[in-house]
Amino acid sequence: MLVLAMDTSNQALSVALVRDEALLAETTINIRKTHSESLLPAIENLMTAANIEPADVDRFVVAQGPGSYTGIRIAVTTAKTFAWTLQKELVGISSLAVVASNTQATGLIVPVFNARRNAVFTGAYCWQQGQLVNVLPDRHQDLAPLLAELASQTAPVTFIGTDVPLFQDQIQAALGDQAQFVSGWAALPQARQLAWLGEQGQPVANQHRFAPQYLRQTEAEVNWLKQHPTASKGHEPYVEEI
Amino acid sequence: MAKRELILAFESSCDETSVAVIEDGAKILSNIIASQINSQKRFGGVVPEVASRHHVEQVTLCAEEAMTEAGVTYADLSAVAVTYGPGLVGALLIGVAAAKTVAFAHHLPLIPVNHMAGHIYAARFVKPLVYPLLALLVSGGHTEIVYLKAAGEFEIIGDTRDDAAGEAFDKVGRVLNLTYPAGKKIDDLSKQGQDTFNFPRAMLHEPNYDFSFSGLKSAFINTVHNAEQRGETLSKVDLAASFQASVIDVIVQKTMRAAKAYPVQQLVVAGGVAANSGLRAAFQQAVAAETPDMDVIFPPLRLCSDNGAMIGAAAHVLWAKGAHADGRLNADPGLSFDYASDFQA
Repeated sequence: MLVLAMDTSNQALSVALVRDEALLAETTINIRKTHSESLLPAIENLMTAANIEPADVDRFVVAQGPGSYTGIRIAVTTAKTFAWTLQKELVGISSLAVVASNTQATGLIVPVFNARRNAVFTGAYCWQQGQLVNVLPDRHQDLAPLLAELASQTAPVTFIGTDVPLFQDQIQAALGDQAQFVSGWAALPQARQLAWLGEQGQPVANQHRFAPQYLRQTEAEVNWLKQHPTASKGHEPYVEEI
Repeated sequence: MAKRELILAFESSCDETSVAVIEDGAKILSNIIASQINSQKRFGGVVPEVASRHHVEQVTLCAEEAMTEAGVTYADLSAVAVTYGPGLVGALLIGVAAAKTVAFAHHLPLIPVNHMAGHIYAARFVKPLVYPLLALLVSGGHTEIVYLKAAGEFEIIGDTRDDAAGEAFDKVGRVLNLTYPAGKKIDDLSKQGQDTFNFPRAMLHEPNYDFSFSGLKSAFINTVHNAEQRGETLSKVDLAASFQASVIDVIVQKTMRAAKAYPVQQLVVAGGVAANSGLRAAFQQAVAAETPDMDVIFPPLRLCSDNGAMIGAAAHVLWAKGAHADGRLNADPGLSFDYASDFQA
């Protein structure tokens, strides 16, 4: 199976071509440039280098979020369009799982993306018999309650993410020696890992409806629902063909 | 027999996701439009993040329906076109990403299209265009008079200095408790009322082709609020008629002045506000009285709001002039035509 994997959830962009379990080519770009300008050229370069045609790909795997809303939309739109237009498989993988899979640490692995206002996108994972297993579902949460929940654990907890240094003092104060940290280049998403996770995933049934996992409603919708608490049931279709 | 040129065109600059298949820039084989109005009217206007989220869920669906309805395969297509600006950046990026991917996956040329050029070329579905021509673009984001010396050559000769005309309609609509978008509702109310409030006609007598609608908007709001404070209720239909008359007066008179000053035989009135029945009637009357030899073209109502068909029509013209892009194409939310060299705003 030939897999093209792509992740543009945060500042780093990573794309990889993997055949079965062999890495053919991988590119990671970690500069401040829009993913819109960089993603397709990176894919083109990869395919040229590996002598692959778009139609040769069997499965498109994408980091589906959470992360930067605009960022995840670019990879998700690109991946779903590839899969739809070439009639190939599409698999979405948690962007947090991709980063968690970078470490082989025992105990809990807690990937962390900064979501601003001292909130994070996070979840908890661990390795069991060579598989990465999700233990606490991905969520958008304030850091303090997350740390309280983790403090009751006895296992070591490895925090991983390029944003981890922002929270390191706070985490250490709550968890002490129980906490370990992985950041910097070791915490960048690697599309080869995404491809590997995606090879094990289930292809999505309805590619058209495939969308990012934002893990947050928009502020406008949150406010509107507060004013219209019963309106989420039985409303007219929000989008319709005209 | 020469192969027909078929362009698959994507549009996602605001709150409509649309994909069309256009033959030779003039024939619509399909034009699928998914509107978010039911969603955005909850907020009284377009919320950009909400718009972007809807586009992701619509874009391949619209593209598939466009291909199916047109009865074409990728092997039949000549090129892929996409709106890359102006518009909401997050919304534009969805169409741009999808169009780039389809073009790359099937080795097709990619044509970047200015959304405003699309509005003008919606007129091509009515009849062939004759240059030089003048176009008035009136929408929620723009009020521009554009001079086309030749096909695909655009120069802005008049522009709004503050609000766009469509924006003024929506803001006034909110004061009248009309749901978004308010343009059609104000147009309907106007037909039952009279121009009794004598709202200002901004910049009508200035020697340029520019517009201003923020003063009109303020005058309208002040009139309504002052009446409320006095406990009076003003006639909603007369308010609507008076507001619409002011907008139409200024737009029609200044556009007609430009139409007489430039060597044009055709006037295209395009953009969402071009669907306004009062504006259409006023232009037809003015042209008949002042420039009976000039041809005024209004695109059909369905092609006045945002749609992929108009992008495919513009792409046909721009491609012939050498426009092309590659995988690096990005959204350009502030994209604009050039201003005429003697333009002063």
